Amino acid sequence: MSQDMETKKRGASVAIRGVGMDFTRRGETITALDDVTLDIPAGTFCSILGPSGCGKSTLMSLVSGLDTPTRGEVRLDGKTLQGAFHDVGIVFQSDVLLPWVTVLDNVLLPAKVKKQDIGKARERGRKLLENVGLGGFLDHYPGELSGGMRQRASICRALVAEPSVLLMDEPFGALDALTREKMQRDLNRIWAEDAKTVMFITHDIEEAVTMADQVIVMSPRPGKVLTRYEIDFPQPRRPEIRRDPRFQDIVDDIRHVFQTAGVL
Amino acid sequence: MNRGALYKILPPLIAFMGLLVLWQLCVQGFAIPEYVLPSPGRIAVSIADNWLSLLRHTGVTFVESMLGFGLGIVVGLPLAILIAGSAALERVIYPLLVASQSVPKVALAPIFVVWFGFGLMPKVLIAFSIAFFPVVVNTVAGLQRTPGDMVRMMRSLGSSSLEIFWRVRIPMASPYIFAGIKISSAFAVVGAIVGEFIAATSGLGYLQLIANNNLQIPLLFACLVMLSLLGAVIYYLVVLVEHLVLPAPLRAIAEKEIHQ
Repeated sequence: MSQDMETKKRGASVAIRGVGMDFTRRGETITALDDVTLDIPAGTFCSILGPSGCGKSTLMSLVSGLDTPTRGEVRLDGKTLQGAFHDVGIVFQSDVLLPWVTVLDNVLLPAKVKKQDIGKARERGRKLLENVGLGGFLDHYPGELSGGMRQRASICRALVAEPSVLLMDEPFGALDALTREKMQRDLNRIWAEDAKTVMFITHDIEEAVTMADQVIVMSPRPGKVLTRYEIDFPQPRRPEIRRDPRFQDIVDDIRHVFQTAGVL
Repeated sequence: MNRGALYKILPPLIAFMGLLVLWQLCVQGFAIPEYVLPSPGRIAVSIADNWLSLLRHTGVTFVESMLGFGLGIVVGLPLAILIAGSAALERVIYPLLVASQSVPKVALAPIFVVWFGFGLMPKVLIAFSIAFFPVVVNTVAGLQRTPGDMVRMMRSLGSSSLEIFWRVRIPMASPYIFAGIKISSAFAVVGAIVGEFIAATSGLGYLQLIANNNLQIPLLFACLVMLSLLGAVIYYLVVLVEHLVLPAPLRAIAEKEIHQ
């Protein structure tokens, strides 16, 4: 049991090998992703950084198994992914909480769908919500919360079934700048406490660098990996790293990469 | 009653009373003859005089309306679910359905009478033919309202389409379904009355024709009052059911997004 908990805690490694994805729209073939290869070691935080429409979200739905790549393969803990992979937690830009269900019951949804032990899940859900400052809002409805609070709840929902991979698609994109910074700190803290493998999609350079162990920089469509950075500041990150000259160097460097690629 | 509700009800109530008083004064002041416009007082007397007969005919129209209305829901809801669930059906049935609405249903009434006679059936069918469309349109719109990310989230958890339908799509659609049902409830009464105008031996529409032929104009207006009451009763029955069925946050959505 404890052995199981340990492996569960570390999360799964994600390996993307030569993945390409084509869509057909009105008879025209659009290549969203082209020859993407990357590795996310188990339990690490990886930011996927790229301009709008670079196929970042497509990459995410491939890792969740909701879509199958046209070329190449996705491996989780070395096993090639076939069909949906239900051991993921997903957070989207919109919180997609069910408006008629209380915050706690929203968080318990994955446990209910997966028919897990609800008593245990309720305890875990309550702890997760308390950890993000929502302990006093368990019985509130999503409509009564602010955008930031709702997104916190949706992160708790993604974590409640203890998935081995957490997929986040621009989760803070709709939040104001201050709330976003607070959420980044909270996410970094939660992740450091309970290291899942995280794939965090964003188009915000500083956001990508602040939390991640690794930043993958993608090109505009068709999405390709332009370059990758190892970010070796100690985890969990202190807020001051944004003022660190090395942090600024990386940010400037990425900005330069985007300029060369014609994004900026 | 709390203060908020009082503030909401009082102004229109006062306006309505004022209108009745103005009406009464105009009729008396300008000596408008009864066969042109009876005064509210005269209509009230007519209601009191014909109380039993009015009640009986109202009952007939109520039954016709409710049957047509109920049929509209029973047929409309599954049809909408099929349309929303299948892209092929949406492409085939939906345009037909929308096109069919260009036929004025009231004009179907004589045909229904030819087919189904003078009884209950043609009235129910006319009421149904008007009532079911708002149910279908609103339900389809409601079912398509679930955000794609919400569906993707459920699918990533391993939820089947059927489970997503019951757990997410139907609740998300429910305020819209009720909005459609409310419109239908009013339409159904119109359908029943039109049916009674064409051929009937009872019902408020029939009583109106009789009153009209006999130049009993106050009775004609009395029928109108009963019709308004009938419409209001059916409408608020739906509101009551909505209140019992929908959880508060969904009712709040209905108020915010639909009724404004």
